Amino acid sequence: MSDAIATKRSKREARGPYGRVGTAINELDERLGIAKGGRTFLDKIFPDHWSFMLGEIALYSFVVLLATGVFLTLYYIPSSAIVTYKGSYLPLYGQHVTQAFASSVDLSFSVRAGLLMRQMHHWSCDIFVGAMVVHMARVFFTGAFRKPRETNWIVGLSLLILAIGNGFLGYSLPDDLVSGTGLRIAYSIMESIPLVGTYLGFFVFGGNFPGTSMIPRFFILHVLIVPLLIMGLVGAHLFLLVRQKHTQFPGPGRTENNVVGSPMFPVFMAKTTGFLFLVAGVVGLLGAFAQINPIWQFGPYDAARISYAVQPDWYMGFLDGALRIFPAWSFHSFGHTIPLEVTIPAVVLPGIIFNLAFAWPALERKFTGDNAIHHLLDRPSLRPKRTAAGAAVLAFLMILFIASSTDVIANFMHLSLSSVLWAMRILTFLVPLITYPVTYYLAKEMQHAPGSGKRKTTNVVSRSATGEYLAESAPAYDEDVHHELVAKTVPTFIEADLDSDNGVRKVPR
Amino acid sequence: MSENTSRTPVNLQSVRESDPHLQPAAKNPVVVERVIALNFIAAMLSFVGFLWAYIVNAQAWKLGATFGGGMTFLGIGLIAWGKYLMPRGPFVEERHVLASTQGERDAMSDAIVKRGGGVIQRRKFLGGLLGGSMALVGAASIWPLLRSLGPLPKGTLFHTDWRKGAFAVDQSGRRIHKNDLAVGSIVTVFPEGKQDTDNGQAVDQTVLIRLSNEHFTTQKGRESWGPHGYVAYSKLCTHLGCPVGLYEQQLQLLVCPCHQSMFDVTNGALPNFGPAPRPLPQLPLYIDSNGYIRAQSDFHEPVGPGFWERA
Repeated sequence: MSDAIATKRSKREARGPYGRVGTAINELDERLGIAKGGRTFLDKIFPDHWSFMLGEIALYSFVVLLATGVFLTLYYIPSSAIVTYKGSYLPLYGQHVTQAFASSVDLSFSVRAGLLMRQMHHWSCDIFVGAMVVHMARVFFTGAFRKPRETNWIVGLSLLILAIGNGFLGYSLPDDLVSGTGLRIAYSIMESIPLVGTYLGFFVFGGNFPGTSMIPRFFILHVLIVPLLIMGLVGAHLFLLVRQKHTQFPGPGRTENNVVGSPMFPVFMAKTTGFLFLVAGVVGLLGAFAQINPIWQFGPYDAARISYAVQPDWYMGFLDGALRIFPAWSFHSFGHTIPLEVTIPAVVLPGIIFNLAFAWPALERKFTGDNAIHHLLDRPSLRPKRTAAGAAVLAFLMILFIASSTDVIANFMHLSLSSVLWAMRILTFLVPLITYPVTYYLAKEMQHAPGSGKRKTTNVVSRSATGEYLAESAPAYDEDVHHELVAKTVPTFIEADLDSDNGVRKVPR
Repeated sequence: MSENTSRTPVNLQSVRESDPHLQPAAKNPVVVERVIALNFIAAMLSFVGFLWAYIVNAQAWKLGATFGGGMTFLGIGLIAWGKYLMPRGPFVEERHVLASTQGERDAMSDAIVKRGGGVIQRRKFLGGLLGGSMALVGAASIWPLLRSLGPLPKGTLFHTDWRKGAFAVDQSGRRIHKNDLAVGSIVTVFPEGKQDTDNGQAVDQTVLIRLSNEHFTTQKGRESWGPHGYVAYSKLCTHLGCPVGLYEQQLQLLVCPCHQSMFDVTNGALPNFGPAPRPLPQLPLYIDSNGYIRAQSDFHEPVGPGFWERA
């Protein structure tokens, strides 16, 4: 008995103060040398700001996309072979539909949790793209794309394009009436490109629309090739983030040479894991209570049929709006046609917008001559021109997005289609033109009011011993001070160097 | 302080209890702890409910509510724990300068330019052959890869399956007789035998409208195309190829629901609103001795949206 206890105790003592974890770390470190880097990683500091969480929403909705997507691939059949639908949804019973459509309906109605998974997949896609756009706007307006982070801006923008593309591919896979119409439009857009358009369309679709290979090809692109590219680029995005360390807003104790915030372990890890659960939870609740893309109501795709008020997923809205309001300017000459009414809004316009976004960091470096390394973020009001330009582009895209529902607006407001169309055409130019100066002067105004949002304090006039009068304003009211920005003496898990740098304790490396 | 000691892990207990920065951020940690505990308990109950819903194959909303609710509770609890009860910062970390010294940069450039470049400089002929074979294998693999993805367009886009004498049939394959449609009615037709094919549905689809009881001429030169008031237009919108599926009977307009192009069916389907640049091609019709509607020929121009090769 006592021997056994003694053995247990001696075993425990032999393990040292860190128990089994310590043993595991020792074993791993002997083989892989993980302790040094691992400790650095656990100590890694993440700055705290609510806007830094937008990228996390994108990342975690991508995690949800992967998980629900794997579930869907187990039941979805990527085939355009015609079958007779004999599933449990009676209105479609006995209809001749493609296997892709039949399996999409079946996985919604006959597979346990299938409908929930489909709706969660669709919702997390819409949230994924949305979070990326808002995250990108944050990065843009705070100047986080500046040197040395231009590469990560380009990686992020590529991720956005891939996500939009993959969203469109996935939207097409159920082969329902609405998605088929979207594909028809995509095909016609490819066809509109001068010189190579018809070849491009034939090669992508395997022949004239609808071709023979659309569903299997788009399936493998959607579930394998594009997700692999996205995962690779997400890896690169995060690697660069870790390597270059996160940016931070200026504040007491925060300099270009440090990062102030919470340590990776355990604070950031707890918060970010909690956030993963929260994103999954919200997507789950949306999947439960908010119906999305009810393909059984649209019915199977039939090239000769169409539904009223057809709209794509939200991130395609600006393209659809541009196609609606662009005038019918087809160009014919020398025996050739350039369908400008399609090429300009659907090819040239997104080309310009995305290329401008890709080039923006380089353009800004060139025009401002600012070639310095930046780790502290700009407050948007301090860069009125950039902020105004970004706001104008967003306003332009927003109007195009609204223009993608001209018919619905006309119906709802009892206006003629023609007046809605012309209103949109005018607003497309007018709103960005107004947005730019309004944003610019608002930003300027905010610059000149550094105490904006704070109450005025008393001016204390005092006379010195030599008879000199001094006027000083009293300190700000306590409630007006942003305490979270005031640095404190900081503890660490490490017996740290107590030399304080602006009141913030350093973690020595 | 040496490198070594800075990496010695320190137990939480060895930090002074009184350190204000290790105090919870919450004014009343006990309350916060209880709230977090309630969240975790709610999460556990939700997940039990989820398991139950899955086992009894409950409706989707019950599965989603239990799963989503559980995840939300779990997330809120964990975030609150991290935010209120874990050691507060701010902590600080120095940034390393990522850039190397000029000497290190030069060493790398030197390795590439002098060492690697030197090898090629001395063997220019071999370098050329290496580059040439790599370029050839690249070109050789790209061309067939592209070429085998689909057939070449050739003349495909210039004609449909409509032929001289083709019967107009509806989607179920029934031939259309001259007495079938009342004035103002519309039906989608296909060339007989093609109504079930992909190409038939995507390319040959045609709207047949009866505009009157008499011969109807939509444009000069099309005097014989509209027997007994029957006129036929390609159903593919000339903007982006959506089916022109809406017929506004009073105004006699065909409307495309995608981007609201409108075509005047009494006037050669000329577009009078929206982004479509061209009229819908008209199919010349005749009525045979048995009263069935048939095509005089194919469309006289390519159907659907514009493309480069189109004249």
